[in-house]
Amino acid sequence: MASWFRRSSGSVKTVARQLLSSRLGSGGALNQSFAIARSSPHPLPLSSRSSLVIWGMSRVAELGTIQRFESTEEEKHLEPPEEEDSDLDYHEEMDFPGGKVRFTSEMEFISGNSETRVPCFRVLDQYGRLLNNVDFEQVSEEAAVKIYANMVTLQMMDVILYEAQRQGRISFYLTSMGEEAINIASAAALSDDDVVLPQYREHGVLLWRGFTMQEFANQLMGNRFDYGKGRQMPIHYGSNKHNYVTISSPIATQLPQAVGIAYSLKMDKKNACAVTYIGDGGTSEGDFHAGLNFAAVTESPVLFICRNNGWAISTHISEQFRSDGVVVKGRAYGIPSIRVDGNDALAVYTAVKRAREIAIEKHTPILIEAMTYRVGHHSTSDDSTKYRPINEIEYWKTARNPVSKFRNWVESNGWWSDEAEAELRTRVRKQLLQAIQNAEKTEKPPLRELFADVYDVPPANLQDQEAELREAIKRHLEDYPSDVPV
Amino acid sequence: MASALRRLGSAAARRGLSTACEDTKKSLFQLPQAGGKSSNLCSAINQALHIALESDPRSYLFGEDVSFGGVFRCTTGLADRYGKSRVFNTPLCEQGIVGFGIGLAAMGNRAIAEIQFADYIFPAFDQIVNEASKFRYRSGNQFNCGGLTIRAPYGAVGHGGHYHSQSPEAFFCHVPGIKVVIPRSPRQAKGLLLSCIRDPNPVVFFEPKWLYRQAIEEVPEEDYMLPLSEAEVIREGSDITVVGWGAQLSIMEQACAGAEKEGISCELIDLKTLIPWDKETVEASVRKTGRLLISHEAPVTGGFGAEISASIVERCFLRLEAPVARICGLDTPFPLVFEPFYMPTKNKILDAIKATVNY
Ligand SMILES: Cc1ncc(C[n+]2csc(CCOP(=O)(O)OP(=O)(O)O)c2C)c(N)n1
Ligand SMILES: [Mg+2]
Repeated sequence: MASWFRRSSGSVKTVARQLLSSRLGSGGALNQSFAIARSSPHPLPLSSRSSLVIWGMSRVAELGTIQRFESTEEEKHLEPPEEEDSDLDYHEEMDFPGGKVRFTSEMEFISGNSETRVPCFRVLDQYGRLLNNVDFEQVSEEAAVKIYANMVTLQMMDVILYEAQRQGRISFYLTSMGEEAINIASAAALSDDDVVLPQYREHGVLLWRGFTMQEFANQLMGNRFDYGKGRQMPIHYGSNKHNYVTISSPIATQLPQAVGIAYSLKMDKKNACAVTYIGDGGTSEGDFHAGLNFAAVTESPVLFICRNNGWAISTHISEQFRSDGVVVKGRAYGIPSIRVDGNDALAVYTAVKRAREIAIEKHTPILIEAMTYRVGHHSTSDDSTKYRPINEIEYWKTARNPVSKFRNWVESNGWWSDEAEAELRTRVRKQLLQAIQNAEKTEKPPLRELFADVYDVPPANLQDQEAELREAIKRHLEDYPSDVPV
Repeated sequence: MASALRRLGSAAARRGLSTACEDTKKSLFQLPQAGGKSSNLCSAINQALHIALESDPRSYLFGEDVSFGGVFRCTTGLADRYGKSRVFNTPLCEQGIVGFGIGLAAMGNRAIAEIQFADYIFPAFDQIVNEASKFRYRSGNQFNCGGLTIRAPYGAVGHGGHYHSQSPEAFFCHVPGIKVVIPRSPRQAKGLLLSCIRDPNPVVFFEPKWLYRQAIEEVPEEDYMLPLSEAEVIREGSDITVVGWGAQLSIMEQACAGAEKEGISCELIDLKTLIPWDKETVEASVRKTGRLLISHEAPVTGGFGAEISASIVERCFLRLEAPVARICGLDTPFPLVFEPFYMPTKNKILDAIKATVNY
């Protein structure tokens, strides 16, 4: 075994060396791979020799020749070290593939949690006053007003649309109440080219990007102007032109996908990253872990924004994980991470803006844990007073309200007034009610849309089924809804 | 009766699952005669879970949001009654729920795992297909996870769209080593669920969520079990055999009633257990009627109807007087707005019954 291994790795080394020398001559590609290696978030303490071999090897692997990494010290382990070969470190460090590990004689388990919890970055205090000496991204009056106005709009949408569901005008709804700052301020910190993969409580991002009230209402009603063609439940928005990938209900599936998107953006040298949102509950899914690990290993520019709102339906975070929240999980995957006050728009804005720059410049994922609270019920199918105390909800709704906190700051700069507020609310309300009415009056997508898009073109089985269905409809028109054109 | 059950339950716990199940079978496998309290399907499930937890101290119930009663309220009151260490919320991770359940079951416990919606069972697909189903076989019967029962609400509800409507039973019917069971009504649900929990094999139990509140029936209050792998003729007839399971049966029943008005006599069969399924009952019926129609909500292609059709053609080829008809869901993802078009409706079935009889 050992001799076989040595022989094959020897030949590998030769191939790698040849490759390296040829590439060193031509420059380009190799330099790029070194740039990536250097910019990795936690550069491994590799000797230059081992990193050469490793990067050389990955080139070999790419070419499909032989796929085997080797330990730099492998030969030394097989034979006792010669005098001249042994260096001081040899006995104190394990030359493990991927980097040296220091030996210790102290038998100690690393604690599951550190003594103090990771602090939470904020810019504004509870009352919306700017903290002293805080390093944050400046926002212009125009931008601040836009952020605030969008937060209010989002809040109003949620109130009115929730009510519309209660009246039976739409079949389902879900609010982002209490999470307006994460929604809007994160969106404001991104560029429109950044590709967003939402969970489902991030419609504020789409709002920020210019998705209109009418577009929202069309999706909620599943009418013929809904981009999803009435196929999915309400709130499953998606808009290609807004770089907002259509929502899928299964939790966390979007995370590994975001990494693939980010990798492509990197390969295409785009000045953009992928941004994906996830709830605290979502971090328990396998796809969360797959996503983070893939992002780290592929050095993909992706922001993982976790809305830690304390609850996953009725499941309290203490039943979800026993770590210090989500932020600490980044480190386990080698991903730079930060915890921010999700109810402080300026903190969210600052963290996301900086994260985005680092992610794109350094080709690295970043994990942001935004601490917040789901003030509304999980959805219109839920009554959260069955499992959580009302005073907890009240506290977050009032004392920690992200919208009023940000308003205080905007107002303290003299950028906002009661009149502006009244004007905004009247305008949004009117627009929204109009949009709902229009959407309600619009017919559903035509029947052919049932069969379209399963594949690029409908195969024979679907063509047959469509023909059969049309016959059935002729025979029993009364069985079918009249608002779907057949 | 109840104390006898408790006795049985704890004896079962001491002796391990397979013998326990034999014992319980003898005393409980009798269909109670009509009577009992009027209950909906949700409450029938709840009663079964109460009995399972009460009768065997080595039984556990867990899944997303089960503590407060579950998103469909089927587990209401169980955490309070049996304690947080036997009835508990899990992290949001289906592969974890099933993998954990396999381990728990492997130690001689009854692990009742809830997947919040059948649409979300797929992260656990590997644990079910590669693990639970082969745990016994691959170890030469040194290990088994027979105490595992996976409950998952399935099927259409009128407004569920892609991910709150699917009927994924066929995927699991393709897996030797697990059983797949689907009840049609509250009485059936209680008796079948108790059988699944006590069966010495891992079982996937799909609950027709449309019926949770809609189907109301008199459900005996006592502990009873209904046999697995036994289909039931729920309506006798002579012209055509009509086979289905779960919520779809109520639609099929309407179609049979419609056919009767036109002078066609339908024999309606509830398969109840999809694997291993009761071919004999279906075969005997088709030998009598000479015709077969199968209906399910899942897409027609590769649905379990295809398996039934193939088996019956193999066994009854010369007796068949018409091609086997399948009235099923379309080969599209489950759609929201188009749901009424997608569904195998009463009239689609009725038309197919007539076409088959007049073939
Ligand atoms: C794979 C999967 N399992 C279960 C569900 C059902 N479900 C929908 S939302 C939810 C809780 C999610 O909580 P969290 O990620 O914290 O997001 P929040 O709702 O708090 O924003 C669950 C269990 C699902 N959608 N997908
Ligand atoms: Mg949450």
